[in-house]
Amino acid sequence: MAPPVPGVEGQAPESRLLPGPQAGRPGVARPAVKGNRMTNRPTFSDEISNMLHAAHGNPITTCIQCGTCSATCPVANFMDQTPRRLIGMIRAGYKDEVLGCNTYWFCASCYHCTVRCPREIDIAGLMYALKRYSMWKNRFKEGLVGPVFSETFVKTILGSGRSYEPILAPSYMPSLGLRGFFQEAVTATGLMLKGRIPLLPPRIKRLEKFRKMVGKVIPGGAS
Amino acid sequence: MKTFALFPGCSLEKIGQSYYQSALETAKRLGIELRELDDWNCCGATAYFHVDELLAYTLSARNLALAEKEALDVVAPCAACYKNMYFTRAYLKEDPDLAEHINFALQEDDLSFSGKSAVRHLLEVYTQDVTREDLQSAVQRPLEGLRVVPYYGCQIVRPRKNGEEVEQPRFFEDLLSAIGATPVDYPYKTRCCGGSLMITSRPAALSLTRDLLQLAQAREAAVIATACPLCQVNLECYQTQVNQEYGTTFAIPVMYFTQIMGLAFGVPGKQLGIGSELVSAGPVASFAQVGS
Repeated sequence: MAPPVPGVEGQAPESRLLPGPQAGRPGVARPAVKGNRMTNRPTFSDEISNMLHAAHGNPITTCIQCGTCSATCPVANFMDQTPRRLIGMIRAGYKDEVLGCNTYWFCASCYHCTVRCPREIDIAGLMYALKRYSMWKNRFKEGLVGPVFSETFVKTILGSGRSYEPILAPSYMPSLGLRGFFQEAVTATGLMLKGRIPLLPPRIKRLEKFRKMVGKVIPGGAS
Repeated sequence: MKTFALFPGCSLEKIGQSYYQSALETAKRLGIELRELDDWNCCGATAYFHVDELLAYTLSARNLALAEKEALDVVAPCAACYKNMYFTRAYLKEDPDLAEHINFALQEDDLSFSGKSAVRHLLEVYTQDVTREDLQSAVQRPLEGLRVVPYYGCQIVRPRKNGEEVEQPRFFEDLLSAIGATPVDYPYKTRCCGGSLMITSRPAALSLTRDLLQLAQAREAAVIATACPLCQVNLECYQTQVNQEYGTTFAIPVMYFTQIMGLAFGVPGKQLGIGSELVSAGPVASFAQVGS
């Protein structure tokens, strides 16, 4: 399948290219990268680049493909595509392949790539942006635990204001396989015996107000 | 006496309650009051940002607003809570529209955010607000010869917050040497433990944890000191699973830095939550006893 719009679009940003000790922190908001002029619709690369603005870094169009991120990433071995390749694929418009790979769901958000990127792209922020994008589109690689786990986690917090480990278990236990399931049960029992797992889910006191607050940010969010 | 608002975070309530206990014990001996925020909520952890950033900021903003009501700077012992609150405050201060939107929601709970309460990590407070002399004078049982790994993990040092050293930080080592222990030269000190991948991508997380334990063993460490409940759980509670997966025989205690400080300050192990771990911290506790 040929990628729709290959190459580098948008122009290089002027002011924030040069790395400085304080640079890379959010500063002047940059205008969005221009869309495909033919149809005026944003390309896949534009979409992700624009999401990355929200993640406070330089756009991926400034990437020089040096590979520092891939060499730094402690989980790169487990990824279908390394971070460097993933950025290249996004820029070349390989949308299906990007949405079908596990890379961003394997990011542990350790931010090592972010602090080392010579172009000051917030690569860990990019991985978050891709997680959100794929959740909006409801398109993931089969068998990933991350999306279900995230949703369960969010629902737990919105329901009680606090997180509670036992509620999260069903979202990932089946993924561990029989042996892993058993090992996890042993670990959990050990923690339970040491009094390190609460028997009842904690709740904040002003839960009603908390839920109204959440509802004001996203109507219906706390339902 | 310096007073801070304490944001314990969900982990410190149960799975990391020894961190909570030992934080309070050590603070007391350093003349710091940690006053727990009333009715705090979850910071959103890492999972929240996968779903919605605005909601994630709202969660942390509520806690920040609670601290502002007390007119106190807030201390988070959990590295992830610290990072979330630190950056929420920074982004809201830079973006008045975002702050206005979130303040509109906070009104529901009669709260508002202005950004006046700073966000600190406990390790930072113990190395910046407390002098080396203060630390030394609190020591009753110097941990002479105890080889401790200063494991920073990720979120305390990354992303970069204020132009600080992210590749070779030294403050954890300084803290450990101030209480008489020997900080181990540990090149993986800022390498990731796997974080929440322990849940979502088990094999990847176990391999990261294995690497960390292996290097600690090779460097003849007696204990790994952590400043994050997730690092503690991954390195300690999952050590048996690492052993089963890789045929290793690790039995390395993994303790919160506050527990190790507490031992040096002569606090009884029980008050530091020692005894609730799956890999016994007994050898470290008895070292502190015998070494005195």
